[in-house]
Amino acid sequence: MRRSAAGRSWWFLRPGDWLLLGLGLFAILALGRYVADGAGDRVVILRDGQLYQEASLRINRQFAVPGPLGETLVEIRAGRVRVKADPSPRQVCVRQGWLGPGEAALCLPNRVSVQRGRARYDSLNY
Amino acid sequence: MTASTIRLAVDREDRRIAALAAAAVGLTLVEAAIPLPIPGIKPGLANIVTLVVLVRYGWRMAAWVSLLRVVAGALLLGSFLTPAFVLSLAGAVASLAVLAALRGLHPIILGPVGLSVLAAFAHVGAQLAVVDLWLMPGISLIALAPLFLAAAWLTGLVNGLVAARLLTEDRDSGGPA
Repeated sequence: MRRSAAGRSWWFLRPGDWLLLGLGLFAILALGRYVADGAGDRVVILRDGQLYQEASLRINRQFAVPGPLGETLVEIRAGRVRVKADPSPRQVCVRQGWLGPGEAALCLPNRVSVQRGRARYDSLNY
Repeated sequence: MTASTIRLAVDREDRRIAALAAAAVGLTLVEAAIPLPIPGIKPGLANIVTLVVLVRYGWRMAAWVSLLRVVAGALLLGSFLTPAFVLSLAGAVASLAVLAALRGLHPIILGPVGLSVLAAFAHVGAQLAVVDLWLMPGISLIALAPLFLAAAWLTGLVNGLVAARLLTEDRDSGGPA
C-alpha cells in the first residue's frame, strides 16, 4: 500500500470522497439559500379584493376559497404555495404552478388572488 | 418428564458481532451523556464502529452490529419503542441500505469518508421523512433540513476520518486488512 509521508495520512480520501464532500456542501448551501429566501414569507389570499386569509409558509395546509364560480383550492406545502385547483375556464393561475417570492396568482373570473409576499413591518401592519 | 435444553451454537462470528455491538452500544451511551445544544443533532459516534465493521467484515456483519446497537442502546436508555427509537431505527436502516448499494464503490472510488457522509445523509433524510410523515405531519420541515444536513456532513466527515484512521492502524499493525 502507499506509504509516502503525505499519502499515509490522506490515502483514504478517494476521488469520490472529495467529489461527494464538495457536492454535499454545495447542495446544503443551495438549500440553505433557498430556505433563507423564503424565510418569513407569508401568503395573502384575497377574495373580491378583500383579505380572505393570511397564512405562514411554514405550515402545510390547504384553503378552499369560495368564489362566484366555485371553490379555488390553494395549497401550501414544503414552504411553497400554489393554486391547486380553480373553476375558472382558462386555468391561468393553476398553470402558474408554485409561486416564487413576491409573485401573485390571479384566478379570474373567480375573483380570488394569491400573493406570496415578504412579511414586512410598515405603518399599516406594524 | 424430560427437561429439554435448547443449546444455541455460538461460533466465532457471533462472539465478534456481540463484542463489536457492545463497543457501539458503549459509544451510544457515552454520546447520550454529552449535552448538545440542539435536540436531534448528535455526533453519531457508534457509526464509526459500523463503518469499520463494514470495511473489515462486510455488510452483513455491519447490519447485525448496527441493528443490535439500535435495539440494545434503546433498551439501556429506556427509549425502546418510543418515537426516538423509531427515528433511530429508521436512520440505521436507511444508512445500511445506502451502504449496501454503494459498498461496491469502496475502495476504488469511495473511501470510508465518502461512505460515512452518504450514510449520514441517508440517516438524517430518513429521520426527517419519519418526522414529516408520521410525527409532525403538516409542519414544513424544509427550513430545518439545511441545518440537519450540514450537521450530517460534518459528523459524517469526522466519523469517516476516525474510521479510516482506525482501519489504517489495523493495516500497519499487521491486523486483518
